[in-house]
Parts: sequence; structure tokens; C-alpha cells
Amino acid sequence: MKIAITAAGPDLSSAVDQRFGRGRHLLVVDLPERTVQTIDNQAGRNAAQGAGIQAAQSVIDSGATVLISGHCGPKAFRALKAGGIEVYLTSGGRVDEVLNQFEEGTLDLASAADVDGHW
Amino acid sequence: MKIAIASGKGGTGKTTLSVNLATALAYEQSVGLLDCDVEEPNCHLYLKPRFDSTEPVSTLVPVVDQDACTGCSLCARACEFHALLALPGPPLLLPELCHACGVCAYVCPEEAMSESEREIGMVGSGMVGGVYFRWGRLNIGEARSTPVIQSVKDLRTAPPLDTVIIDAPPGVACPAVEALRDADFAVLVTEPTPFGLHDLVLAVQTARQMSIPCGVVINRVGIGDERVDDYCAAENVPVLLRIPDDRRIAEACSRGEIFAAGDASFTSTLRALASDLRTRTHERVTT
Amino acid sequence: MSAPGHEPTPTTSVLRETASVLRETASEPTPKQLVVLSGKGGTGKTSVVAALATLAPAEVLADCDVDAADLHLVLEPELIHREAFMSGKEARIIPDRCSACGDCADHCRFDAIRLTVDGHGRTVYAIEPIACEGCGLCVRVCTSGAVEMSDAERGEWFISDTRHGPLVHARLNIGGENSGRLVTLVRERAASLAQETGAALVLVDGPPGIGCPVIASVTGADLVLAVTEPTVSGAHDLERAAELVQGFGLTLAVCINKADLNPDMAGRIREVCAARGLPVVGELSYDTAVVKAQVEGKSIVEHGGSPVADQIRDMWKILQDRLEKTEE
Repeated sequence: MKIAITAAGPDLSSAVDQRFGRGRHLLVVDLPERTVQTIDNQAGRNAAQGAGIQAAQSVIDSGATVLISGHCGPKAFRALKAGGIEVYLTSGGRVDEVLNQFEEGTLDLASAADVDGHW
Repeated sequence: MKIAIASGKGGTGKTTLSVNLATALAYEQSVGLLDCDVEEPNCHLYLKPRFDSTEPVSTLVPVVDQDACTGCSLCARACEFHALLALPGPPLLLPELCHACGVCAYVCPEEAMSESEREIGMVGSGMVGGVYFRWGRLNIGEARSTPVIQSVKDLRTAPPLDTVIIDAPPGVACPAVEALRDADFAVLVTEPTPFGLHDLVLAVQTARQMSIPCGVVINRVGIGDERVDDYCAAENVPVLLRIPDDRRIAEACSRGEIFAAGDASFTSTLRALASDLRTRTHERVTT
Repeated sequence: MSAPGHEPTPTTSVLRETASVLRETASEPTPKQLVVLSGKGGTGKTSVVAALATLAPAEVLADCDVDAADLHLVLEPELIHREAFMSGKEARIIPDRCSACGDCADHCRFDAIRLTVDGHGRTVYAIEPIACEGCGLCVRVCTSGAVEMSDAERGEWFISDTRHGPLVHARLNIGGENSGRLVTLVRERAASLAQETGAALVLVDGPPGIGCPVIASVTGADLVLAVTEPTVSGAHDLERAAELVQGFGLTLAVCINKADLNPDMAGRIREVCAARGLPVVGELSYDTAVVKAQVEGKSIVEHGGSPVADQIRDMWKILQDRLEKTEE
């Protein structure tokens, strides 16, 4: 399965970036092999209103069925749900550690956005 | 004659001047007052209109015909504002991001996109105190004031007017520009302080970029310094009126009173201002 | 101001070094965000922010009134960094290719395309940049290939050094769509800077109104302070601002500026606040010394000699207390 995860850097040892939509990198990881594809989120960071939507679009287009991030605003959350994507929230750490937590089933599944929009 | 009362800085006295000027002129001509500060309208607090004639203001949002849609996502990719999310099936619309530009409907190869209305605010109108008054209010949480401002400025149902006064919102961004559009003259209200001067410069630049002749009213003269006067002289911007800092005016405003209604001297000062503006514009508004 | 460039000033270099040392040796608490709003323009918001900036021990300042930014006028900023703010696109008609068919103007929803005469005396269409929203419909409609789109520069943002800490500020181009994106950018930079320098507070000077830029200024704030005045306009606009802020589930406190201008209205504002559960954390006197301080390029606290300075000191103690009590 494919997991999308926001990251501060381009590989598995990078820290998870807490903000979906404004995160520096969007990694798409194939599980269980852990091969990594990076989607540059610069366009999303500098995008006009709707950065979260652009990031959500990237996630949907990538074929990922799961997104892991620190926080997710309401518009992005709505977009991801519409795309049939499950959102998991993490309090931080390295990408590979967080993926371990996901595989162990210890991450929180988000049922709603956890922050206001525009941030 | 269409006069916009604007400023860069908030709180300089635009609304005070607008309602007082409209009141002063109403005795001798037909005047319209348009409150275009639709985020925080204040004119009605002074005029206290009793009419309840309000109408909703709507913007257009795209609607997808789910049966005709093939999920090609051309609309979503074409949207510059990311208001449509491309999905395997019909796209998801995020109405708050939609600018109602019409691109999505235009590009749809299946004619599966039509448009429907979404309410974003209200507009009200009627006669009060001898003034034809129009005002609007943007719903809280809405992003775009432009459609509401356009409704306020729409004079198709108005009586013939000699003078139209537009109370513009503060600043020089999109809402202020929309209020200023097509005005014959921009009266820029400022205060003689560093903040007032800084924002006045922005307002003058805006008026010039829009090819609208402008002049300055300096309010609360005495509280600051002469830098605004120096700037106006250096830039050849006429100073139309200097209103001294007068606690009586401030107190009257704080109570929601129209100072000109009870002060003959202020009324004639404002009438003189209007004559000056008429000379400068040589225009008459007809509907 | 010093010349623009990417080299940090000595102050910023020292701050960044200190910050990385601090980071290695201690866990970093997230800086608190205090956002100052007014609803109505001209209530004294920026003057209050300047005074709080003087009193707060370690902060990063963010001027989010990007439409008409004034805070820097009393801070004597030294420019460290400037960058263009790109947002969306804009369209332009190439006169030589325009066949003047008018299809673009017929389709444009924003009334941005009007007839004009080009350099050769031909009648062509032209796009008014101030009205163009960059939707691209004209590009698609044109059968002569005469319209092109390019990335639009909508303003600039800056980082400056001031005597009270780094200031992140911006300038929006005239007629720009103040969608809140530039505001969000200013806040993000300010928050990063605060994290890097170990500052405990991001102090935000917010814009007037209740539109998108205001929303972008307040989301995620630990505490919002609304500065109002005892007038009918002040009371009216405070209610709208309160509805917005409380609608986002944010904590709002109120300061009544020029409180003695109208004691009855001040009382009415206190009633409005009580009805909405909003604490009034400060009442400031109507004093022309505040303007004198501004003229001298100082905050009222630095200028001194006014009861307002002490009133703001008292208010700051209450604000500090409330900020400490907010959750991480």
C-alpha cells in the first residue's frame, strides 16, 4: 500500500513535518518495501489560497490511500476524505519511526480536522 | 457627480465626513450615500434608517451534473484557485475558494457544469433624512467583498441624483479599489500623524493609478505635525479642507450623532467643500 | 535602512547562534501567539502593539496589516531580507495579435478587459491589471492566441531588525486581492524566527475588518486582544470581530482605548463584553501624548509622561498571566 507523509527532508530519516499543506516535502512510501517517492510541495507552500487543497490533490493523484501528518485543516481534511484517504495524526519524530508506529497500529486515526484553516 | 471618500488608514473620519456631507447637501439637492465598507458598515449607525428593504447578495458557484460528468477532471486542473478537487468520479467543490470566474463550465467537454447562487451577504436601500441610502454587509467568514460592493453601487433602481457619495473601506486593496472604481473624484481623509501620512501616500498612489483626481481632507488638525501638509504641497495634491481637532465632534460621533445636523457653521463648510468638488469635476450623475 | 540583501546582520547571526545552542541544551517550548485586532480601524491598535513590544522581554513582531502597514514607523527597522510575494497569475493581451473581436471582454466576469488604442492607432483590447483575477478564461476564449498568462507579483515581504526584536512585515500591491496568503506567510516567517531565536512570544499587529486577512491573522492564536473605542462604531465593529474570533473557538480579551471619551458608551461596551464572556483587560485614557509619541517615532511607554503608559503596563501584566495559562 502507499502512504503519503509530510516531511522536513527527502528521505526516511527526515523528521515528519507537522503541517499538511505547508510542509516542505511530501513523501509517498510503498509499504512494506519502503521505497520512497518525493513530491515537491514547494508549489503548495507558495500557492495561493488553497495550499492544503493542492497538497490533498497531490496525495490523491499519487495513489496513496493513507496520509500521515501532524495537523490537518478542515478544507484539506474534507478534500482527503472525498478522495477516500484515511488521515492519521502524529506528534512528531522521524519518518521511519512514525511508519513503524503506523504498522504497529499505534497512530491516531483522525475523524475530523484538528486545526483551523488558513494555518 | 460621484465622490468617493477614502483613505489608506482606518479611523481617519471617512464615515463621519460621508454622513455629514450627505446630510449637509440633502437640504438643497438630491443626494445618494453608498456605504461600501461592507465588512464593517457604519453609516447606518448615524443615519438610523427605519426601512427593512434588504436583499441577499449572492455569488455564483459551479454545480456538477453527476450523471453527465465523466470524471475527466479537466475542470479541476483548469481552476486557478484550487476550488475543485480532481477525484476518480465527479470533482469536489470548495465554495469558499471559488472566484466565480466561469472557467470550469467553459472547459467542461460534457456540459456537465452549471452555476447556482450562494448567498454571501446583504444589501439594503431606502430614503432616510432626505438622503437616498444604500449599504451592504458581507457575511462573517466570507472571503470576497466585491460582489456586495457592486450591489451597493448599483444605482439602477435609484432616483435621479445630483451627488453620489461613496463611503469606501479603509486600505488600498481589492475592496477599496472596487469602491473607488468609476468615481469622478476621490476625497482622501487623513490625520496629521506619521501613520496618517504613510497610508495617505498609498491612497494617493492608488487614485493616480486609477486615473481618479484626488484631494485631501486633513482631520483632527493640531494633534500631530505638518508632514501631511508638506507632502501634499510637494506632490501637488490639493488640501480641500482642514478640520481642527474638536472634542465636540469626537463626542458627537461616539454617540452616533451627525454633527452637521445641529451645527450651521459645519454645514456651510461642507457645502463649500461640495461646491469646490463640483467645480473640480463638472459632472452630474444620471441614472 | 541598510541595503537589502540576504546577508544577516551581526545581530541576527548572534541570535541564530544563541538559538541553536539553546536548542541543543534544552527542549524548546512553542512561542505563544498574541494577536491584536480592532474590527474598526483607527482605535489605536498599532500604538498598543508598539507599547506591548516595548514591554515584552523577548519577542518577534509580525505586522499583518499588509494593506496599510504602519508598525515599522515607530520601530526604526533595519532591513535584513526582502522577497517578492508571488500569488496567482495575471493575463496580458499582446496588442499585435489582437483582432479586437471582443470575445474576451464578453466572457470576463470581472470587467477587467476594455477597449483601448495601441501605439499604432489600432483599436484593441487591453486588460486592467488592477481588476484581473488571473482566472485564465480570456486565454481560453481567444482565437488569435493574443492573451498570455504569467505569474503575478502581488507585493513584497520583509524581515527587519528593530530595537524590540525582529519584525516581519509586508506590503501588498495596490488593488491586490488581500486573500490572507501574504498574512499567512508573514505569520509563518515570524513563527519560524521565534522558534530559531528562542523568543517566547510572537506579537501580531492585525488588520482591520473581518475578512480573510483577519482570519489569517488569528487562526492558531493563543490569545486575541481586540482594541476598541467607546463609540457606536467601535461597539458595532467589536461585536462583528468578536463573532468571528469566538466562532473560531479562540480566546478573546478586550481593551477599551480612549475610554473617557464617552463613559456611557464605555459602559455599553463593558455590557457587550459581559454578555459575550469577554474579559476587559485594559481601559486607556484619551491622551494626545500617544500621538506625540508616534510623531517622535516611539511607543507611548518609551515616551513616558502619560497615564496611558502605566495603564498599558497593567494590561500587559494581565495579558502575560493569561498567555502563561494557555495550553501548549
